[in-house]
Formats: sequence, C-alpha cells, structure tokens
Amino acid sequence: MEIRDLYRDVILDHNRSPRNFGRLDPADAEAVGHNPLCGDSLSVTVRFEGDRLSELRFNGQGCAISVASASLMSEAVSGRPLGEVEALYREVHALLTEPAHVPGIPLGKLMALAGVREFPARVKCASLCWHTLHAALTRPAHPSAAPAVSTE
Amino acid sequence: MSATLPLPATGYADANGRLCAERVRADFPILGREVHGRPLVYLDSAASSQQPRAVLDAVERYVTTTHANVHRGVHVLSQDATAAFEGARETVRRFINARSTREIIFTHGTTEAINLVAQAWGGAQLRSGDEVLITHLEHHANIVPWQMACARAGATLVAAPLTPNGELDVEAFAALLVPRTRLVALAHVSNALGTVLPVADLIALAHARGVPVLLDGAQAIAHQRVDVQQLDCDFYAFSGHKIYAPTGIGVLYGRESLLAAMPPWQGGGDMILSVAIERSTFNELPWKFEAGTPNISGAIGLGAALDYVDTLGRERVAAHEQMLLQIATARLREVPGLTLIGTARDKAGVISFTLAGIHPHDVGTILDREGIAIRTGHHCAMPVMTYYGLPATVRASFGCYSTAADIEALLAGLQRVREVFA
Repeated sequence: MEIRDLYRDVILDHNRSPRNFGRLDPADAEAVGHNPLCGDSLSVTVRFEGDRLSELRFNGQGCAISVASASLMSEAVSGRPLGEVEALYREVHALLTEPAHVPGIPLGKLMALAGVREFPARVKCASLCWHTLHAALTRPAHPSAAPAVSTE
Repeated sequence: MSATLPLPATGYADANGRLCAERVRADFPILGREVHGRPLVYLDSAASSQQPRAVLDAVERYVTTTHANVHRGVHVLSQDATAAFEGARETVRRFINARSTREIIFTHGTTEAINLVAQAWGGAQLRSGDEVLITHLEHHANIVPWQMACARAGATLVAAPLTPNGELDVEAFAALLVPRTRLVALAHVSNALGTVLPVADLIALAHARGVPVLLDGAQAIAHQRVDVQQLDCDFYAFSGHKIYAPTGIGVLYGRESLLAAMPPWQGGGDMILSVAIERSTFNELPWKFEAGTPNISGAIGLGAALDYVDTLGRERVAAHEQMLLQIATARLREVPGLTLIGTARDKAGVISFTLAGIHPHDVGTILDREGIAIRTGHHCAMPVMTYYGLPATVRASFGCYSTAADIEALLAGLQRVREVFA
C-alpha cells in the first residue's frame, strides 16, 4: 500500500478546493461532529425540499482526509432523496471499515476513499462528516439544540 | 543496527566525554526493527520512551527467579520480592535525592500520582473560595484532577498565562499568587512545547506565600537532573515509561510532613496495619498510599532504568539532547512553510511545529510510511493548542538513543510530505 493510495488526486483536489464549504443560514437541520483524538471539529448544515436533501454545506478544520471526505460527501448527497443518502452513509461506512467491500450501489467519486481502509488510524477522519450528517438527519434540530457527535 | 560495536559496556562516552548515541542504540532492541520496510526512526520519546536490554533483563530475572507477592509471605520468594521491590524504592529515592523512602510512593504513573494529591491532599485541604494555581501549558493530567478537586470543594482553578514564545508569564504568575491560593501545580517541562519552566524561581515565589508546589515531572525526569531537595518542591510526579522503564509504574514524591498529614486515598490490602469491621488502622508511609498488590515487576524495571540512566550519565544525556535540539531547530527552520510552535529560551528535547496548508495528521501518516514515528495532535494539552489557535501540531521528541541521523531522516520525510501535497 503506497501513500498515494491514500492521498489520491481526487482527495488532494478536494482538500485544496473544498466544495460546499461554509454554512447554510437558515438551515433545516445541522449537527456538529468532533474527533477528540485530533481535536478536529466539523459542522454540517442541510436544507430539504420535500423528501430530498437539496443542499449541504460543511464547515470546520481538519486533515486532508476529513476535508476531502466532507467535500466529496457534499457533492454526493446534494439533491438526493433522504433514503438514498442513508444508503450512501451505510455504503461508505462499509467501504471504510470492511475488507474488500463491494458497494451495493454506485459510489462514484466516493470510491477515492477506498484507500483509507488500509490506514486504520485515519478511518475516523473520513467517517466524521458522514456520522455528523447522519446525526443531523436523524435528529433535525434548531441551531441552538444542534446535536454533537463524536468519533470516540 | 549492529550490537557488536567494539566498545566496553561502560563505554558510553566518546573521547570528548560526549554521549556515544550509537553505543546507546545497541542497548535498545526495538531500534533494530523496520517499519513499512524502512529502519525505524523513533522520535516520539515524549509520548513513551523505549526500553533498554538492562530493563528487560531485570524484569525477566525477577519474574523467572523471584516473583511472589510482597509484604506478605514468610517464604523465600516473598521475602526476596519484597527486598527487590523496596530496593527499587531506594533506587528512586537516591535518583531524585529524597530524604527518605517514606517520601517515595509507587503509582501507575504521573496521572495517578497527581490524582492522589488532588484527592487526598485536596480533599482534606481545599475549601470553598480557595484557589489552585496552574499554568496554561499543562498536560491534561495536571488540569483535570484539579478541576475535579476544585469542583468537590467549591474552590477555583486558576491558570497563569503564557508569552507568545511559549514561556510562562512569570509576572502574571506572581500576581495570581494570592492569599486564596492553596496549591501551585506546574509542569517542570511542557510536553507540547518543550518549555522548561523556571521552577526554582516559581517555587520560591510560592513558598514566600506559604503555598506548597507540585511539579509534574513527566517530561523532565529523563532529560535533566532532578533533585527534589534542591528544587525544594513539595510534590514531584513522574512516570517510568518516560524514562526507559515499563508502562504502568510511576512515582509520587511527597514531602514527608505533607504526606503524613494526608488521609489515605484508596483503601485495601497493604495500606492497613489492622482491620476490624468497625474501623481500620492505616499503614505507615509510604505504604499508606499503596493499596493492593503493587506493580512489582514495573518497580524493578524502573529501578533498572534509573540505574541505566546513571550509567549513561544524566548530564551527558542532557547535553546530547540539547545538541540534537539545536540541530533540529536550525534544520527545521530551513523547511519552507514550517513554523516552530514554542520557542522558549530554555527548552528540553521536544520540538513542535506546523507546516503551512498541511494538517499535522497528514504529516504524521506520510512520515509513518517512511518509518518515522512522531506525535501529531493536541498532545493532551488542548489549552496550549487553544492559546496558539491551532487544532494540532507535529511533535518530534528525543531520547538518549536519538541521533542527528534521525533528524536528517525527519527532514527527508518532510520533503516527501511536501511532494505529496505539492
């Protein structure tokens, strides 16, 4: 496993130029995620149109893997029905943690995260944004009561 | 790494009296291994140091010839185990120049030692309205136990601020020493920044107001001579695994008059003289604070580690690490985009830095692939990171076995990091 299997061009590109970076205000749901090991934190704000996730923005600071993962996630889920977002959440989790996982649905650019599995210390970096999004979707809340999740 | 250098076992100094790190390295079996197909470059001794053959042998000899429970049996093994365990206590006493072994309490490590003081001393002494004074550069182990103790007592935890180069603001510290201050708890050396605090001056300031001082010596004990009588500190805490001993053993030194006045903190076997259902009589120092079967082999390993450091020569090790710190500081300053975090005038062999635009964890992963072990993150000192407005830093730290070649490997590794992120 070479270092470039982790830091693929897609990852480096999304780290350098994160898509959908910032906050939605107002937002229909939001959550904050923490990775206590790194001291990194990430906020996710989303808007809905019917049963679709119409828009997502993320904010915070983190390593290249966590920023790229959040940026890729923001592209992958925007405009999708919530059921598909939930399915993507499960697929990405499996991709990051299960050896030789074959996705049940097409993951597109998210497959750039496949190398993370070989770097166990970095799995939490890639999964933080997904756990945070999951928290925002399962517990939509007013900004003052935004749920906080942790990878620990 | 060859272990067959033609030097006598005591030949740890070169012709100029300087530490011969190559000879030292031959004593540490782990330094011969590879990581990701490359020779291990271990620059994480501030997190945990490696163990020399002398420590491994002492532990194995104890386990294979002597082990039994201590302070209990009439049989030979128990008596010999007790003698070896108490012998290790005497080695610790001598190493830090305590007056008596009654002042040497074995603990799991620095964290437990500080918790012991926070609970036993704090529980008895802290009152509502009192203050405990720490600094902004403490490890979490010298923050959280005091937060808990203060919360129980209704006391307040106060932290003295830093200066931008990572030194303690001594004037501000002095101003925060007030009649309400009941205890000062300080790092001897900052684990995140490498800053050596002017502890002798700070202790004098505190004592002038009658305030006792605890020193967190985790990052100091292996890197400079620690003499608790000369320092005149009231408590000194350190961990074995930062000074080439196994994990799970540490020491609390306490001034005997303070320890004698403190109630026990954990109850159980070994810390009592007699037990009836109605009440118990507590043991004498130091066993009053050592409930349950102690880490006997760990204490014996610690004793061997302290003897090993004395064989190398503490001043010689300190001088070697200062030389490495100077080399590393100069070389790292040449790296484009690199910022040193913590540039105190007096530093130990710890060097923290950031690379512009590259998160420390990415640096750590790429260096790991090059066989280089460094620490990344907040170093369990989140208030320090907050002070500098950083989530994390990269930290390289040295031990007696570190060499200038390790620093060159780090520089080459950082070049690789910059290539990946080019």
